[in-house]
Amino acid sequence: MRRLWRWLIPLAVLPVLALLAYGFRVDPRDIPSPLIGRPAPAFGLTTFEGTPLSLAAHRGKVVVLNFWASWCQPACYEEAPVLERNWREYRDRGVVVVGVDIQDRREAAEKFVREFGLTFPNAQDLTGAVSVDYGVYGVPETFFLDRQGRIRVKHVGAVTDAVFRANVDRLLAEPGSP
Amino acid sequence: MTVDFGYGMTLVALVLAIYGAAAAAVGARAGRPALVESAQHAALGVFVLITACFALLTYAFLTFDFSVRYVATNTNLGTPFYYRITGVWGALEGSIILWSWMLGLYTLILILRHRDSARELYPWALATMLGILAFFLLVMTIAAPPFQRQVPVAADGRGLNPLLEDTGMITHPVALYLGFTGFTVPFAFAMAALITGRVGDTWLVLTRRWTIVAWYFLSLGLLIGGWWSYHVLGWGGYWAWDPVENAAFMPWLTATAFLHSVMIQERRRMLKLWNIVLVILTFGLTLFGTFLTRSGVIASVHAFTQGSIGALFLGFLALVMLTALGLVAWRWEALRSQGELDSVVSRESAFLLNNVLLIAAAFTVFFGTVFPLLSEAVRGVKVSVGAPFFNQVNVPLFLSLIFLMGVGPLIAWRRASLENLKRNFLWPVVLGVAAAAAAFVLGVRSALAVLTLATTVFVGTTIGVDFVRATRARLRVGEALIPAVGGLLRRHNRRYGGFVVHLGILLIALGVTGSHAWSVQTEATLRRGETAELAGYRFRFDDLTAVEESNHFKVVGAFTVSNGRVLDVLRPAKKFYPQEQSPIAYVDYRLGLKEDVYLVLGDFARDGTQATIKLQVNRLVSWIWIGGVVLTLGALLAILPERRTA
Repeated sequence: MRRLWRWLIPLAVLPVLALLAYGFRVDPRDIPSPLIGRPAPAFGLTTFEGTPLSLAAHRGKVVVLNFWASWCQPACYEEAPVLERNWREYRDRGVVVVGVDIQDRREAAEKFVREFGLTFPNAQDLTGAVSVDYGVYGVPETFFLDRQGRIRVKHVGAVTDAVFRANVDRLLAEPGSP
Repeated sequence: MTVDFGYGMTLVALVLAIYGAAAAAVGARAGRPALVESAQHAALGVFVLITACFALLTYAFLTFDFSVRYVATNTNLGTPFYYRITGVWGALEGSIILWSWMLGLYTLILILRHRDSARELYPWALATMLGILAFFLLVMTIAAPPFQRQVPVAADGRGLNPLLEDTGMITHPVALYLGFTGFTVPFAFAMAALITGRVGDTWLVLTRRWTIVAWYFLSLGLLIGGWWSYHVLGWGGYWAWDPVENAAFMPWLTATAFLHSVMIQERRRMLKLWNIVLVILTFGLTLFGTFLTRSGVIASVHAFTQGSIGALFLGFLALVMLTALGLVAWRWEALRSQGELDSVVSRESAFLLNNVLLIAAAFTVFFGTVFPLLSEAVRGVKVSVGAPFFNQVNVPLFLSLIFLMGVGPLIAWRRASLENLKRNFLWPVVLGVAAAAAAFVLGVRSALAVLTLATTVFVGTTIGVDFVRATRARLRVGEALIPAVGGLLRRHNRRYGGFVVHLGILLIALGVTGSHAWSVQTEATLRRGETAELAGYRFRFDDLTAVEESNHFKVVGAFTVSNGRVLDVLRPAKKFYPQEQSPIAYVDYRLGLKEDVYLVLGDFARDGTQATIKLQVNRLVSWIWIGGVVLTLGALLAILPERRTA
């Protein structure tokens, strides 16, 4: 017995190692948003083309609200074509993609929009008020809003086709607003 | 071209390190000195190659070689010369090169110092060093290669993290890494002792000075980190219990424990097992620290971005801990204690208690650091553990430790007599109590502050009493004062070096207490010409100017500080870097022994008519830095070679 128990000493580190290994499976920055289920904060911005952009104008639609910046390499660059592609596919089915560019220089942001040929409405959040309202921690972050205008899902990091479809399809399947 | 060459050298270094580790191990086992000698040559080769890699990468930085991805992501054409050099180790890949280079350097010093002095242990220690070095080279080749091609070659780079544009960035990481890597040497000797079964005093004597050297650098790194945090981050503090600060603090605690418990083994042949475990733990914690900073497992201001590197580090940590503790289990019988504790009132028990407290502190820090992970794994709830937890648990521990600092060095070995206690502690206790009373009369109402003050005076007096007594003894035999003091410090340098370190800790404790108990702050929005007041100071907002720097845009506010008369014009600023999402605060301050005036610029109107400013008067903070200097001087004194006969 005396011989055996001392071999437990090295084994004692295993739980700690297992815990650290578990750490790979979670993202410490993936903080649950307290806004889930709440009405999405309203805002009024002006798009790069100069037209007004507000959430109220899209009431009744499923809204994909994407926060991005031209300096956000590479995640924003990965998701921009994904957003554009899905916007084109879903725009006739009551879905709107809205891009909000935060903490950016106008020229750089416009170049970004041009480069990816983004056709969904994109506006610059000049005062930072919108990103504060939504508790944006970093870019990119994307909020999926249901047809009642409530925030249902917050996605941190680049949006993929699968993420876009799964969330939008689910919200589209729900009954629309009265 | 640069990329191929650099990567090639890394690969060759890796192969050489693996060969060297194997050759040293086989040479030790088979008793073939020729193989060990060959391993030495390999170690030299590895060091030369890593140095060349380092030089090559530095050259790439200086010449804006954006064909190297690491250069392109960590510098841009506007990065000033100085920061192009410190930028070399400003991010993950480069930090691993720096790390490996230091390990290589320590390996060379180990070869030079111990080649002839520790014949049995040395080859195994060399094998361990090279094995660990091989791991870091493996990281440099597969997980975080600094030499990786940027395709297409960028016209301009992204730029260095602006927070790292600070002079502290040359000294902080260098000192910290010298500390971290320095603990590899004691670990290597511990492994050698376990493998050969020579777990007696030899490895300990060899290791002791190495540990002080590593401890010295780690302390320096922590202090400079605190200073950087204080004058760059702009929140007015120096320590936030951030996971990465904790990661550096934990090995410091265990190493401190080792530096004390080693004395019991020297004197009383006790705690063999404990000492070897402390060395293993310290090294394990340095690896844990690197894992934490580079795996992205825990959110932190320091976290480097990552890829496969986390898994690699975890695997290595598992390998190291399982092997080392497995060896401990294997050598269990040899590690058992020979001496026994005679009395509770003795130096042994004071040191034991010191160890228990230090380990308890290390454990709480560890627990607080990984708790968010634990909580998420077990309960699925995200939590963060903040300063209140760490402070609440650690403040009593540290206060008790400081108290022991007064008791430990003076109380008798084995069994202290009442006479011994009275002789050494009567005056310190009296003065400590008097200090507490005086503080209370002077209006200090924070119990913690009173207690810390009393303890500090108590410990300071014990040190003073001992020093005066020893000097007097020398004066009595006819020495002059200066040579007497000098001789004392020189001949008993370990003892008095330790005392000086203790004095440094006392000053740091005073600074920490003062800054927590008496600092005040406020925030004010001022129009031009208006003033705000805080703690007897008046701050007048003079103007706001915009400056274009080589790699950023800066808005500087000017504030006249006065307390009856004009003291200074402070110019806190906000720096806007194109690559950063939020502006970086540039703090301005006026340091003083009693208090610092500390200004952080907040929001401002674009036309410069109005500015929001955070004003702080931080009390006694300077004593932390002064204590730090004293502490490192004490450590230097303790590192000097001992001269028993003069």
